[in-house]
Amino acid sequence: MSVARGTWVEIEATVLQPSERAPGLPEDTARTPYVLRLSGFLEEDAEVGQEVRVKSLIGRTHRGVLRLVNPGYDHSFGATVPELLHIGLRES
Amino acid sequence: MRDTSYAAVLSRKNEIMKASLGIDFDAYVSSPVAFDYERMMSETGYALDDIVRIQSETKVGGTPLHELTRLTEAVRATAGPGKGARILVKDEAANASGSFKARRASISAYEAKKRGYAGVIAATSGNYGAGVASQAAMRDLKCIILQEVFDSRGVGQPEIVEKSRACEAYGAEVQRLSVGPELFYVLLRTLEETGFFNASLYTPFGIRGVETLGVEIARQVRERYGKDPDAVVITHAGGGNLTGTARGLLAEGCDGTRIVACSVDLAGLHMASDTDFNRKSFTTGHTGFGVPFATWPDRVDVPRNAARSLRYMDEYQLVSQGEVFYVTELMTKLEGLERGPAGNTSLTAAVTLARQMDRDQVVVVQETEYTGAGKHHNRQLSFARENGIEVRVGDPADNVPGKTIVLPERLEQVRGRVQEMDKLRLSYLKNAAKLHPVEKWTDGDVAFLAADLKKDPAWVRQAVANLA
Repeated sequence: MSVARGTWVEIEATVLQPSERAPGLPEDTARTPYVLRLSGFLEEDAEVGQEVRVKSLIGRTHRGVLRLVNPGYDHSFGATVPELLHIGLRES
Repeated sequence: MRDTSYAAVLSRKNEIMKASLGIDFDAYVSSPVAFDYERMMSETGYALDDIVRIQSETKVGGTPLHELTRLTEAVRATAGPGKGARILVKDEAANASGSFKARRASISAYEAKKRGYAGVIAATSGNYGAGVASQAAMRDLKCIILQEVFDSRGVGQPEIVEKSRACEAYGAEVQRLSVGPELFYVLLRTLEETGFFNASLYTPFGIRGVETLGVEIARQVRERYGKDPDAVVITHAGGGNLTGTARGLLAEGCDGTRIVACSVDLAGLHMASDTDFNRKSFTTGHTGFGVPFATWPDRVDVPRNAARSLRYMDEYQLVSQGEVFYVTELMTKLEGLERGPAGNTSLTAAVTLARQMDRDQVVVVQETEYTGAGKHHNRQLSFARENGIEVRVGDPADNVPGKTIVLPERLEQVRGRVQEMDKLRLSYLKNAAKLHPVEKWTDGDVAFLAADLKKDPAWVRQAVANLA
């Protein structure tokens, strides 16, 4: 499915390959690439998974792989933790 | 075209910093360990009155100080006869962007605008990003925030995801990065690409902006209680909150006020570890920052750090994650005040201190922060469960960072524990000695190190002799 120029999207780009990373990292971190995710307005019609350019909220151009279309935030208050509910009640 | 490899960019650090801050740190430096701290702070060119005026232009400062009467009663019920100080809280969530970090961002944004920079950049995963983005919006500056958000599975820490949202809400470009200290590399590269101002957390502008918080506390407590605050408890990570607040209190003459740091104890978790990243339920205000920044402040994104916590700290309290979540929930229910984890960390230590202090004394928790989706104790606990952390009710002494969070059953179990100050001071001196051998220390170096540890030169000489 083609995504139209001007759509709000998220891109992902590898900033540093594992071999290019800072010295002295813990082993679990050192074996992963250093990755950027950024949202912006798509600069040209493209498909998800393609290398694209986006313009950020302040008008700077970034390159990366088109990952999400119209990305939003779905963070929440989470599943209720019942142990919290008892705190501060006058329970006998 | 310039070489943008990790090593090449890091090697250009000094020139990038000079261009992006306009501060010539070399002018203050007298040796590898010593520099003229007070001159660096005063040469920002801003008097306290200027800072108050600048902050009032952008919805910063003048926050309420609340007495937590029901929580104080609850603590008194667990205290000995005549014990149980009044607990007050400075409601810093009332600043634009919802935390004291607006104070820290305000002078940098003003300075950047005054000097004609097109924008500001900060590398921060916390409230400071929202503070910078919000202040930049009001000063009509472009803003870039760099954040460490997600692990190699792509899972974001809920609290930091909320900060990404907040920064974008204020119109900033948000670069969300995976786990790693290379955030600093991205910062340098972005400063170089854009020519923007480096709104670092650790410049004199940042720390001086926090001084008004200490000034307001001194004036509000004096006006209402006719005395100085007996103790001020400050959530401690990088040291700027403590340094700025203490400097403000001292500027108002509160020489006898105990300056108490507090951090969540996360001993055993590695701060640069991809797997440990989402096993923490606190993203800041913890020992993973608090201890290394206290024991060597000059490890930051500027050559000399204006945040020097041991220079002002009298005591250091550690609390467990479970204790903070318990006290957060208790404050919500008893005081009708729902606030985020940062201020509630120092509130947890204040419970312990108030229990030990006399009833006619006053202990001030010097900040609150906003709360909401992601940035909430229920979310942190449910997220911990999703990541395999055991969450249960019991004795908070059984907390194991990264493995078990134990919520206390009763308020009297909230006790925290004391971090030994001299251990931190000796660790600081060892770090200084690594950078500059002891035999090369001049009287000037020793005088600087002593001031940086709130001790006298004789103490430093003796401590170093014992270390050897």
